[in-house]
Amino acid sequence: MEELGKKAMTGDVRAASRLIRNIEDDIPGTTKAIKHIFPYTGKAHVIGITGAPGAGKSTITDQLICTMRKKQKTVGVLAVDPTSPFTGGALLGDRIRMLRHAEDPGVFVRSMATRGSMGGLSKAVGDGIHVLDAMGKDVIVVETVGVGQQEVDIINHAHTVIVVLVPGMGDEVQAIKAGLMEIADIFVINKADREGAKKLYRETLSMLEMGNFPDGWRPPIVMIESSLEPHSFAESVDKLFEKIEEHYKHLIDNNLIGERITRKAITEMNDALRGAIMEPILKKLVSTGELDNMIKKLVNKESDPHTLAEEVAEKYIKEQG
Amino acid sequence: MADRKLRILVAKPGLDGHDRGAKVLARAFRDAGFETIYTGCHQTPEQIAGTAIQEDVDVVGLSCLSGAHNYLYPEVVRLLKEKGADDITVIGGGIIPDQDIPKLQAAGIKAIFTPGATLDSIIDWINQNITPRE
Repeated sequence: MEELGKKAMTGDVRAASRLIRNIEDDIPGTTKAIKHIFPYTGKAHVIGITGAPGAGKSTITDQLICTMRKKQKTVGVLAVDPTSPFTGGALLGDRIRMLRHAEDPGVFVRSMATRGSMGGLSKAVGDGIHVLDAMGKDVIVVETVGVGQQEVDIINHAHTVIVVLVPGMGDEVQAIKAGLMEIADIFVINKADREGAKKLYRETLSMLEMGNFPDGWRPPIVMIESSLEPHSFAESVDKLFEKIEEHYKHLIDNNLIGERITRKAITEMNDALRGAIMEPILKKLVSTGELDNMIKKLVNKESDPHTLAEEVAEKYIKEQG
Repeated sequence: MADRKLRILVAKPGLDGHDRGAKVLARAFRDAGFETIYTGCHQTPEQIAGTAIQEDVDVVGLSCLSGAHNYLYPEVVRLLKEKGADDITVIGGGIIPDQDIPKLQAAGIKAIFTPGATLDSIIDWINQNITPRE
């Protein structure tokens, strides 16, 4: 498994894609590879792209790849789409917008299914970013599932978050709600040739007027018109990339990047603790039938969840330490 | 042991733009519990092989209704082999005359499904013949 990590670090695409799959499938021993690559990560600029389904995240990502390749940057993309809650299957279709990069060795695109995660990403995204980072990608773009208002896990992984809005999704109250509208470092108003785009611009602007920006970064709004006009579309996305670079520079010049890295570290630590402590105990509880017993007790009102959980903690954690 | 989730790429090589069948299949694979990467029409064999490797799929399902399968399907198999990925199974379907099937099979396409093949028969074939690679 460690071998896989070593190979991925040489840029071996097969090894990297296999390693990402092992992370997704939670194959025992995968952590060995992560341990190996971890010290070499942290170099890439991680960009998150989020927004409603059909807002244009993949199309913008595709054009962004062009812009970045013109600047000689190597690019990794993780594109997340939903897993069916009924069958566990998924239709991963983000890549359809990015086909023109399929033969470019400087671009690695990997589709991921959410597999039950609710925050707009997959649990494997954090380590997936590490793999692309260790491969030496200069920029990593993480495209979330099409989100609603609350799926904001991307802020725990990206240095720069782009929220893609489109006209026709509601009135100005939507713009001042908590959640998605708070996490943007850059707003994109996509399909800006459509009716309602100017109104959406004004609403977003007036929402920003109400804010104060303690970090000294006021999120810019980038208007992007139809992707069917390739020339103007490319120009707008070039402008978007200028804003992305400005934001990254702002983070670094003002020592703000550490805060973003800390946010990711907290998330990773929580996940790792859950993986190392909680999951082995859960597995034991399932295999011994204890979990079923506890659920029966709850159903029959013989006990309550807190007492039972404390008993489990007593038995499995305290005896060890 | 954690469970491997089967991953399949559904792709249409060549100039044929009739993607209804491929979309129906992609949807059926989703419902069968597979992680299905759908990449649509007008792809070169090089793009398909590259995508299959980046996505670490177990199976590539090719659809072609234009008659160019005799060149395009074996080319995908050849490119995967060239890239050291001949452990990825390639299957195909579409308007394929009976006399072409033995040639395609000889070229390494493991199964061919022609018009009239049911979705269940295709999914059953995959479930019986493909184990997600260790």
